[in-house]
Amino acid sequence: MTPEMLSLSNSPVWFVGIMLVKLLVVFTVVMLSVAYATWCERKVIGHMQTRLGPMRTGWHGLLQPFADGIKLFFKEEIVPTDSIKVPFLLAPMMILVPALITVAVIPFGPDIQVGDFMVPQQITDLNIGVLYILAFAGLGVYGIVLAGWASNSKYSLLGGIRASAQMISYELAAGLSIIAVFMLSETLSLREIVALQQQDLWGICSFVPNWYIFTQPLAFCLFVVTALAEINRTPFDMPEAESELVSGFCTEYSSMKYALFFMAEYANMIVISALAATLFLGGWSAPLNIAIFTMIPGFVWLLAKVYFMMFCFMWLRATFPRVRYDQLMRLGWKVMLPLALANVMITGLVVVILQ
Amino acid sequence: MEIIFFYLVALVAVVSGFLVIRCQSPVNSALGLVNTFFCLAIFYVMLHAPFMAAIQIMVYAGAIMVLIIFVIMLLNLGEAERKRYTHGIVWSSIASLLVLFNVIFFIKRGRVTGAEGDITTFMVESFGHTELIGKAIFTEFLLPFEIASILLLVAIVGAVVLAKKEV
Repeated sequence: MTPEMLSLSNSPVWFVGIMLVKLLVVFTVVMLSVAYATWCERKVIGHMQTRLGPMRTGWHGLLQPFADGIKLFFKEEIVPTDSIKVPFLLAPMMILVPALITVAVIPFGPDIQVGDFMVPQQITDLNIGVLYILAFAGLGVYGIVLAGWASNSKYSLLGGIRASAQMISYELAAGLSIIAVFMLSETLSLREIVALQQQDLWGICSFVPNWYIFTQPLAFCLFVVTALAEINRTPFDMPEAESELVSGFCTEYSSMKYALFFMAEYANMIVISALAATLFLGGWSAPLNIAIFTMIPGFVWLLAKVYFMMFCFMWLRATFPRVRYDQLMRLGWKVMLPLALANVMITGLVVVILQ
Repeated sequence: MEIIFFYLVALVAVVSGFLVIRCQSPVNSALGLVNTFFCLAIFYVMLHAPFMAAIQIMVYAGAIMVLIIFVIMLLNLGEAERKRYTHGIVWSSIASLLVLFNVIFFIKRGRVTGAEGDITTFMVESFGHTELIGKAIFTEFLLPFEIASILLLVAIVGAVVLAKKEV
């Protein structure tokens, strides 16, 4: 008999304790990943441009994130006189919190037995998991818009307006590309989506898992591109295009508030990578159903996939020039959205035919 | 426990609703409204309707309010503009108080009969809230659903016509 699932009703003390441990571990891992993503990005781009990147602090610059953190911490905090105070102070928090809060539904392993109960390796399993992520991804735009508006400077305002137009446009295509996935999975719970992807590929090939990237390659491409646009990464970093807008919505920010924007960017990158890994690349499951691979614990696979996706994002940044703004909007509305809609229609048709 | 939580969230909802009408800056009012939407989403979760909560945040807080803030930012009302509309506050507060009493009166007049119908808490938990809504929308309420979508389409076309100088 499998033990009962641990919940608030059958053992409150254990539940709260384990929940706190999970929260702490996930938060620490995400924050450390954020810190080292900055180092890694500078290193990767440096080597791609035949430079060395940070070398001085620690071995190959390994202490660089901490040096940067300490530097930003001791910088003078400047709030412009003409800024609108409350939104100006709230904006950096409003951009970081939605990014961090979405990690809560990403599963990072199978259920494990603790004492007499089963504990899922996930902070919480919502049965509307995907919608939850979409809802909070849509809230990230507030931080940028408010930061741009409250700074009361023309570069910030232009950056904020660009950001909101861009994020609203690409959110639609991102949402539609995910719809195709849960038309196949028939569930919105990320845990069940991962479980479904562990089955055999199309029910025939026994050692390759049924990852949705094989059945939905177009949706995967659309998701990655639109997600990049939504988190304002190169080649879609129009809101902070430094050659024309100084640095966009965060021009007027200094010290830790600027650091929060920076952290939010990398936290968003981690969330998007984790989401792409969970929805399309099988989440924490091993890439091949052979004993050597399945022996490795789930979170290692998930982190490997997340870091791989992040490496690809850095690679993109080193490779592509910035897209022009009108091209960006045209791409979003006239290419991405119709493609995503067509993908939904085709998926629906195939699902009906196969039934 | 649940009732304490309810009152806590309700307090936040009412206070942020009050901020919506009292804030000097329209953007701060809009932020208050977003906060109210959040509290409503929490109520939906407490009523075992997580799908409604997600849609509430996604549509109202994530899309509609962003557009409203966008518009407010672009218009950026000046000090003189704001002063001009102060005389309406007294009358509108009296009107809204009257509406409030009216609503309370009508609610009190009704009789609470208890939960009825097929959709019980047990069914929502076993069958899934999203599935139930989906089934209802695409079978029983298909016509209203389609009419609503046509209405939205008309609004989109209208917006394009208004925005474009030459059609």
